[in-house]
Amino acid sequence: MKKILLLLLLPGFLLAQSSEKTRQLPEVMLKTLDGKSISTTDFNNDGKPIVISFWATWCKPCVNELTNISDLYDEWKEKTGVKLIAVSIDDARNMTKVAPFVNGKGWDYEVYLDANADLKRALNVNLVPHTFLLDGNKQIVWQHNSYTEGDELKLFELIQKVASGQTIAE
Amino acid sequence: MHKLHVLLALLLSAGLVSAQNPTGNKTDLGELHGNFQVDAQYYNVDTLIGAPIVPEKILSNGFMNLWYTRGNFSGGIRYENYLNVMQGFDSRYKGSGFPFRFASYSNDKLEATIGNFYEQFGGGLVLRAYEERGLGFDNVFDGTRIKYEPIPGLVVKGLIARQRAFFSLSPGIIRGGDLELNVNQVFFPNKELKTNFIVGGSAVSRYQDDQDPLYILPENVAAFAGRINIIRGKFNLNSEYGYKINDPAATNGRIYKPGQALNLSLSYSTKGLGIIAAVKRLDNFDFRSDRAATGNANNINFLPALTRQHTYNLPATIYPYATQPNGEVGFQFELNWKIKKGSKLGGKYGTEITINCSGTNGLKKEAVENDTLGYSSDFFSVGKEVFFRDYHLEIHKKINKHWKANFMMLYWVYNKDVVQGLKGFGTIYAPMGVIDVAYKINDKHTLRMEAQALLTEQDDGSWAMSLLEYTYSPNWFIAVVDQYNFGNDIQEKQIHYLTGNIGYMNKGNRIMLSYGRQRAGIFCVGGVCRNVPASNGLSLSVMSSF
Repeated sequence: MKKILLLLLLPGFLLAQSSEKTRQLPEVMLKTLDGKSISTTDFNNDGKPIVISFWATWCKPCVNELTNISDLYDEWKEKTGVKLIAVSIDDARNMTKVAPFVNGKGWDYEVYLDANADLKRALNVNLVPHTFLLDGNKQIVWQHNSYTEGDELKLFELIQKVASGQTIAE
Repeated sequence: MHKLHVLLALLLSAGLVSAQNPTGNKTDLGELHGNFQVDAQYYNVDTLIGAPIVPEKILSNGFMNLWYTRGNFSGGIRYENYLNVMQGFDSRYKGSGFPFRFASYSNDKLEATIGNFYEQFGGGLVLRAYEERGLGFDNVFDGTRIKYEPIPGLVVKGLIARQRAFFSLSPGIIRGGDLELNVNQVFFPNKELKTNFIVGGSAVSRYQDDQDPLYILPENVAAFAGRINIIRGKFNLNSEYGYKINDPAATNGRIYKPGQALNLSLSYSTKGLGIIAAVKRLDNFDFRSDRAATGNANNINFLPALTRQHTYNLPATIYPYATQPNGEVGFQFELNWKIKKGSKLGGKYGTEITINCSGTNGLKKEAVENDTLGYSSDFFSVGKEVFFRDYHLEIHKKINKHWKANFMMLYWVYNKDVVQGLKGFGTIYAPMGVIDVAYKINDKHTLRMEAQALLTEQDDGSWAMSLLEYTYSPNWFIAVVDQYNFGNDIQEKQIHYLTGNIGYMNKGNRIMLSYGRQRAGIFCVGGVCRNVPASNGLSLSVMSSF
């Protein structure tokens, strides 16, 4: 068993050294709020950055994050052309509540449903909230889990860098 | 089985060796990603709070996922260990192993998967395989699945598989198919119609042989579901109906009555206002891949509670409702309203209001002559026995740049005997209140306080909870939480459960350390809850996504 584990871990370490900094967005089917299927390959922002934010109606920090960004969103769009895609992992219990919830909050985001956590799994997300930043080529260049008040400033800093074509080196 | 693991590992390494080649072009080497989590706790002896004695002193749960994708191919495995399984999780999680591995090929229209996969038909009324790691729930399929989308708007799925039950497989074999048709997309692809129709249907069958010496049990049990979603402007109607043939099992008292289920919801929403009303009825609808199974395992279908999923500690964990699959009738109404910025009530930043009412009763049951059928129940009537009520009002207000506040008032009715399957506890009536205030010191530093109270004469009496949290964006948080059972009739049980937490987050990583007393409670995510016994000790949680 240990040998197998070692074999498994080995590639991970090799990869970590192979200077691969970006990550392709996996191809997964989601649902729109009006019941249509949409593939993640159809995510598009004409070469501008995209933020993908995993959230749920029952997740306080997630709602906090999206509400705080909502206040700044117009300014963000104007300055960088960024688009925020909010992927809800609400399951059958709350799925039908997502549209009234989003409208009730007055959010302007593109919102999709990931009711059985297929995209969440494909992106290896442990918990929500979890945020990904994609560059103009739809490559994931940064991710962050959890949300604390003020995190949106750091996110916007990175969005600006990506929008101006800089690489995020940390 | 082990051969497969080695093969997968070699495959993954092979992909990587080429990734190491500096001359190769980077486009088609594939990518390897994953996530990892380990939770461990050191348990102190604490007889006062009734914490079970842990002979090992330290218990730990851990897992790692590794996923490889290259072009149309993807594959992955998960390793899990329970050394030994932590308190509050099912003790059938023993030792370690690879309960998840899969390989999948997909192109524009077709996706084929062998090995393990998660799946959901419609709302999950007759089939849903999913995982809630935090609850130790995982009923993943192990078999073959094909998804086919011949034209946009038409999706067909078929699967044959067995289900995971801890580190083995459940005895039943599950066969299922699902079809979903977006009527407008398929028949009127170039027209913008005012009304949108999406319809779907699923059929699922379980085979389990009959080894019972006395009863003739159905070896093939079929369940069917049909669903419809109609969208017109701001209105959205969603409904799913399910039917299951006779399925005498451990959870329904081995009756031969067929099962029925209905979910129906109607919502109206426009910017700034969202309203949803829903009803549901369940009658003998527990469906498992092993007719002898009980507890949170071997479920084929998903029957979530029709109540608000709370996040504040007291409403979320003291008396949460859990679905009664053998029979319940429930309703829920929710209103979300954002009072506009600049209006009298809205102030500078607007005010958000949520009103939610939900309730569940038992079925109205009548005795039948043939008692192998159990009972009969009129579809349109409601039983008198109250299982649950939750009425609450929540107001969220940003006061100025520094202050934000959230208030919540609740009234709760909880039939402990029915929901927890106990006797002699009766029904608990509990008003609750929550105040949550955040003060943003500057862009990066925030202080947050919570005060909660639950007032009741029944069960363990009243509770108070307070929290103080300090966050330093984007990396640190520290919090102190106290729960106080001040209303307990037994004076020495009027205990403070004090816990301190500190956490560090960076990119996809998070480390959290906590020390203190944990109240016994019920922790729920989605449709599943687990009972967690009281504990006292030091716990560590590390998670990473890469």
